[in-house]
Amino acid sequence: MKISSPEFKNNACNALDDNQLQGALRHVRKNFVKKRADARRDLPEFDALRDSARAIKDHTLAHLDLYLEHYEKKVIESGGKVHWATNAAEARGIIMDICRKSNARTVTKGKSMITEEISLNEFLEANEIQPVETDLGEYIIQLRGENPSHIIAPAVHLNMDQIRDEFRKAHTHLPAERSMDEPETLLREARQILRDKFLSADVGITGANFLVAETGSSLIVTNEGNGDLTQIIPRIHVVVASIEKIVPTLEDMAQITRVLARSATGQETTVYSTLSTGPKRKTDEDGPEEYHVVLLDNGRSSMLGTEFSEMLRCIRCGACMNHCPVYQAIGGHAYGWVYPGPMGSVLTPTLIGIDKAGHLPNASTFCGRCEAVCPMHIPLPKMMRFWREREFEQHLSAPSHRRNLTLWAWFAKHPSLYRFVTSIGMRILAIWGGSAKRINWLPMAGGWTKFRVLPAPEGPTFIRQYQRAKRNAR
Amino acid sequence: MSKRNNDSDSTEVALFVTCLVDLFRPTVGFAALKLLEDAGCSVHVPVEQTCCGQPAWNAGDRKDTREIAEQVIKIFEEFEYIVAPSGSCAGMLKVHYPELFHNIPEWRERAENFASKVHELTSFLTDVLGVKKVDAKLNSKVAYHDSCAGLRELNISRQPRELLESVEGITQQELNDSETCCGFGGMFAVKYSDISNSIVSEKAENIKNAEPDLLLAGDLGCLMNMAGKLKRQGSKIEVRHVAEVLAGMCDGKPIAGE
Repeated sequence: MKISSPEFKNNACNALDDNQLQGALRHVRKNFVKKRADARRDLPEFDALRDSARAIKDHTLAHLDLYLEHYEKKVIESGGKVHWATNAAEARGIIMDICRKSNARTVTKGKSMITEEISLNEFLEANEIQPVETDLGEYIIQLRGENPSHIIAPAVHLNMDQIRDEFRKAHTHLPAERSMDEPETLLREARQILRDKFLSADVGITGANFLVAETGSSLIVTNEGNGDLTQIIPRIHVVVASIEKIVPTLEDMAQITRVLARSATGQETTVYSTLSTGPKRKTDEDGPEEYHVVLLDNGRSSMLGTEFSEMLRCIRCGACMNHCPVYQAIGGHAYGWVYPGPMGSVLTPTLIGIDKAGHLPNASTFCGRCEAVCPMHIPLPKMMRFWREREFEQHLSAPSHRRNLTLWAWFAKHPSLYRFVTSIGMRILAIWGGSAKRINWLPMAGGWTKFRVLPAPEGPTFIRQYQRAKRNAR
Repeated sequence: MSKRNNDSDSTEVALFVTCLVDLFRPTVGFAALKLLEDAGCSVHVPVEQTCCGQPAWNAGDRKDTREIAEQVIKIFEEFEYIVAPSGSCAGMLKVHYPELFHNIPEWRERAENFASKVHELTSFLTDVLGVKKVDAKLNSKVAYHDSCAGLRELNISRQPRELLESVEGITQQELNDSETCCGFGGMFAVKYSDISNSIVSEKAENIKNAEPDLLLAGDLGCLMNMAGKLKRQGSKIEVRHVAEVLAGMCDGKPIAGE
């Protein structure tokens, strides 16, 4: 996937000028936020569950090697195979080998951010294997040649008209004059087309919301049932998941899913929660003949024990982006890589480098709402600040900003000079503001005055006035 | 040792004015002084104070932040309480200073001790001093904006509203999405001005829809941002720091003028 994170500012400006996108983002602002708030209100033990979910993940991460080994053992016992992949290229290679051995031509896919992370679709296409996205949102953006703009609602940046146009363009075997006014009609059409793809696919690839060490199972949660058809019908099922998806037991998994759906869509639970454990057994009527798990590290193990390790608790619910004023303003594509919003602003620099992703942890007001709604209590602003520190240490931030900051900090550390300089500065600004008490344009502060007036200082600084009043009182 | 008056047992408070109030809106400083004194405090204003260091902290400049923080702690740690008319700056002193020094043994305890004495103005009045009523009067319909740091780092939302309720003649109107950021974010407003503008424009719509006479908040940064946008749009809604209303000091011009 092409990385455009270095052009974040441009991307953001384009997004702000895109009226259609702005209309679509209103849905995020209104619906997602409200639904999560309602779900939280309706479950009195929600906050206790969050604490418990955090504890489960912290425990698991502290013993990650142990649980991963146990998980592998259980997968093997159930007849499956675990493939360890250090990085994206290795993961792609493993998947390609599996496809080649079975002469696969088409692959159906359940919704999976991890396959976005390893750019699997592009790779399969380049190797003449056709990937078919079966989640409705993913299917739509695949038709458009786009990447997801949200980790759980990949097509949230689109409206009905765009989807209708796309379907008319893609589904040319259907009558051109057919009615497509209702969302249900579009849904039925996609379902009809996908039905054939499900039946003819050679390999089904899904992600995993959780991997369960106790049983060697993987869990996917969906609202469309497409994941079930992806993993049951083809001869081969490949699960692609990153190592931090592991939880010790089914009970742990069940607990965390209770906060997952509520945080994500406000549902009590997703419509489908599907566990898969190994390939089809002799007594099973259906299921895949081969069951593979590709376990991807891709930099995650190196986050353990660092200031970014808490990020590994993330369960990809999307609540942080739904509540983020920056995401709400510009949508997901502007972030320029796979993971948008606050979780992406922490994770992306780990995966593609702070030199490329430097804007992301900086483009935050630190309003803290992401942390407040995160079901796993991940201190996202704190970790974005850690990235800013790394950036500052490596001299990657803009030299002009550094100079201004250093100058300001020097004065802040020298109170008398600070007092002297700020008194003069404020006097000038107060005069500039005139009787209207506002400044419409100020050199060096264009970023501010382009969009707002700058309130002028009232007059002498507080400390000066206070000192004078004290003297007069004596 | 706490600094105490010899001739009375009044609560000793040091006012951390905050740099924005010091430079742009001294009235807020005097309003804080009055509110604290009315509540029976003896208020000290160390004149060596400059800034809490938040701009450096949020820019990833740990070294400068630490040096500024050491200076602040040295100036203020002798007092019984340290009060700031800002949730953001109080949050910096109370929440972030201990974080800043957590791995520096010789400063950690000092920072934690200092932090335990820091309070935001309205919450100090209600939660520590037990103030239920202020002596102020204003015939106005006001809307209070929850500033993010105060709201989420210090749990401030009930306190200013309770105090406003006691102002004679005031009616309060809640904003839609009152817990959503105004888009200020310090340097964010300048570095990512287009995004900041989009966020504050949304906020301005919510403010205008509530049709208040007066917009209030507890943080000058947010107030300057929202006032700056409203005035650029030609809105007649006036903007003030909540302390000005609580202290009955609304005679001067509002933030960014009328």
